[in-house]
Amino acid sequence: MASTESAQQPLARPNSAAGLFLAFNRLALRGFGGVLPWAQRVVVEEERWLDNREFVEQLALAQVLPGPNVVNLALMIGDRFFGLRGAFAALAGLMAAPLAIVLTLALLYAGFATRPEVGAALRGMGAVSAGLIVAMAVKLAPTQRRNVAGWAFIGASFVAVGVLRWPLLWVMPVLGGASVLLTARGLRK
Amino acid sequence: MSAVELLQLFGHFMLLSMLSIGGAITVAPEMHRYVVDEHAWITDAQFTASISLAQASPGPNVLFVTLIGWNAAGWVGALAATVGIMLPSSLLAIGAARWTRHRHQRIGVQAFRKGMVPITIGLLLATGWILAEPGLGQPVLIGCTLASAVLVTKTRINPLWLILAGGALGVLVAR
Repeated sequence: MASTESAQQPLARPNSAAGLFLAFNRLALRGFGGVLPWAQRVVVEEERWLDNREFVEQLALAQVLPGPNVVNLALMIGDRFFGLRGAFAALAGLMAAPLAIVLTLALLYAGFATRPEVGAALRGMGAVSAGLIVAMAVKLAPTQRRNVAGWAFIGASFVAVGVLRWPLLWVMPVLGGASVLLTARGLRK
Repeated sequence: MSAVELLQLFGHFMLLSMLSIGGAITVAPEMHRYVVDEHAWITDAQFTASISLAQASPGPNVLFVTLIGWNAAGWVGALAATVGIMLPSSLLAIGAARWTRHRHQRIGVQAFRKGMVPITIGLLLATGWILAEPGLGQPVLIGCTLASAVLVTKTRINPLWLILAGGALGVLVAR
């Protein structure tokens, strides 16, 4: 499996801000129906700038903060390697090409998105994106090892937000707060 | 759209930026209330089309906000809306990342980093579930979800092929 292989090799660094720009440009352009699984694939499996554990910890921080998760993640990864310049390079890589595409589509043909075939194709692509997101969660879950409480919190947050559709704005502080407190107690021992 | 209205749009989107935990799409209902119902800067159809068009394009879904701005006031509107929704949250993200990096040995920071990981994984599963739900009535689409999850976990297949296949199957199933 790609994720275990990459975990054993030493990590690399992006060689320049331009390298960050290109990698984020690449993953953004592949991201039909969700960029996040591509971020994990490019940053962890292809470039090996982070391992799965570091990636999911950055993502956790990106997710509790307001703003698009993948944008926050790009900013944090860029800043980590090259400061503000890196953050801006990663953000520009993530946004520039998709911005040009979306505005071109809007200019050329506003009715494009409402055509029935586009809707049907999007449903099919959405079904695949769902699988990609699940696969990403499966690859990141081994970071929990034998942490029973961790697995319980995975289940609880999935049920609360996915199945019951409770608002994230209070699931996050309640479940997140409980998990963080429990983790803190374990660390103090 | 007047300069004052443009500033109002910019200011309101900056405010929404700070509230958009879980992504810009979580503040879409409030955005709709403000730009469609309260100010009538764009129509309901334009609002919905902005979201679908952003979803049909590659890249982050936050681009729907750019399209809302573009529909409301052309290029300046696109710029105001995009910078508005991204600037405050981006500054906060960089600040928070630096703050935690410099204090990575503190127990509180460590507990936060490790403790939030299971929630993050659970939320990814929830996102997968929510994305899969519209296809639950169609065995072919359920098959697409399961097959892509297994193939991406177990093989080195490029997921782009799966997305293309999913799009093609979606059109075929709808016929």
